[in-house]
Amino acid sequence: MDITEHTKSLKRTALHRLHVELGGKMVPFGGYDMPVQYPMGILTEHQHTRSGAGLFDVSHMGQIRLRGESFAQVASALERLCPADFQSLAPGQQRYSFFTNNAGGILDDLMVTRAGKGDDKDHLIMVVNASCKDQDLSHLQSNLNNRCEVEPMFDRALMALQGPRAAAVMRKIAPDSAAMKFMTGRPLNVGGMECFVTRSGYTGEDGFEISVPGGEADNLARKLLGDMEVKPIGLGARDSLRLEAGLCLYGNDITEATTPVEASLVWAIQKRRREQGGFPGAGIVQRQLSEGPKRKRVGILPDGKAPARAHTEIANEHGEVVGEITSGGFGPSVGGPVAMGYVRADLAKVGTPLQLMVRGKALPAKVAAMPFAPHRYHR
Amino acid sequence: MSEVRYSKDHEWVKVDGDTATVGITHYAQEQLGDVVFVELPDVGKKVEQGKQMATVESVKAASEVYAPISGEVLEVNSALADAPATVNEEAQGKGWFAKLKIADKGQLAGLMDEASYKKFVEGLH
Repeated sequence: MDITEHTKSLKRTALHRLHVELGGKMVPFGGYDMPVQYPMGILTEHQHTRSGAGLFDVSHMGQIRLRGESFAQVASALERLCPADFQSLAPGQQRYSFFTNNAGGILDDLMVTRAGKGDDKDHLIMVVNASCKDQDLSHLQSNLNNRCEVEPMFDRALMALQGPRAAAVMRKIAPDSAAMKFMTGRPLNVGGMECFVTRSGYTGEDGFEISVPGGEADNLARKLLGDMEVKPIGLGARDSLRLEAGLCLYGNDITEATTPVEASLVWAIQKRRREQGGFPGAGIVQRQLSEGPKRKRVGILPDGKAPARAHTEIANEHGEVVGEITSGGFGPSVGGPVAMGYVRADLAKVGTPLQLMVRGKALPAKVAAMPFAPHRYHR
Repeated sequence: MSEVRYSKDHEWVKVDGDTATVGITHYAQEQLGDVVFVELPDVGKKVEQGKQMATVESVKAASEVYAPISGEVLEVNSALADAPATVNEEAQGKGWFAKLKIADKGQLAGLMDEASYKKFVEGLH
């Protein structure tokens, strides 16, 4: 057995002490010392999130606010770096997007919410990945500084409450949360604390992401965990949940070397932006939109029981290498292995037979529709 | 009388005459978390001490399992195919991996007894 230890000095979130107290098994992730699992174990944590309510610490992610003279100015500024239509965001509406580079590759993916009362003072709040946040901040500052104010809020904590019981739990301490729809956000008093809450997540389940000042995070987390229905969930289950939900992990499934078209994320580029462009790499993205990409991200279901992990080679029926798995593992709700990866575009159709080269053996698999576990968002 | 010996890579060996039953230790399964798949060697394969013998997959990752001693695979625990969680429940019993025909009994002397393995694990924390 190969059991590796880590000793490097790592950053800690505001909930670090709580993780340790709860028996969390701490591992390095995105420069932070984070719980990969609690004593309940990844399988049970995964199942609990699908059947009850799970609490995730995602404070390692970066929260950044963009303010300007008017909402239109802020929205159009961010559109210079992202291919989403932010100008059409309704007050409180949230949208998934990504920063692209000049080759149309993805620098990071992010969630963006229009916050405010629907007037000129409205601003954008974004959540970016932990491992990218410093570079995202400089990217925003160096490109947008003369157009809007870029305000990092890295001292704020962020926690996600996810699962079919999340809404019932939230209603008890934040009654107004009940009226929120999927992909919207608003300031909300949660258990006596002033928070910014969105109805979104990374599990495929209904749920909320709660942004709270770092100093109040421990108090809020303990309040939420005080509810019998809520269990703490680590990064291990977060990964298996998002994989079953067909959601991309930055650094694995999307990188600087993959475009949104190849990544099957065209749905996140709204019509006006597809037509008008005006974001880094727009020419390449538009060409791929009209001519089709050479490869595509697809869901993959291995026929047998062996999981195929990231970097597993994908071959066609004739043994010719046609792609690579970018995320793969065991899907507890599926009850078997699940994966996603890139294949040659002509092999992207659901049902196409493939072979996965796992430890020198060719394991049969098929292209499959995602999500592997149905989304249960509150629309 | 059978004797259980342990490797520094957290495998155990139970010796019965010329045959050795091997698996991963309770400590190892604890570190791995929920086991969801075990890939066992083919019967008849000759495994070498310290070289890969099997693969165990948890939800999170795949880990290599090394052969604690050299030998020929006589039998594998095929029950693990349908019940990989047995490795978590009973790592040093029903969760065994393979039975080997011992190639060199001298190798056993280089492994730890239970007391030394216990000390070794304590030293890891």
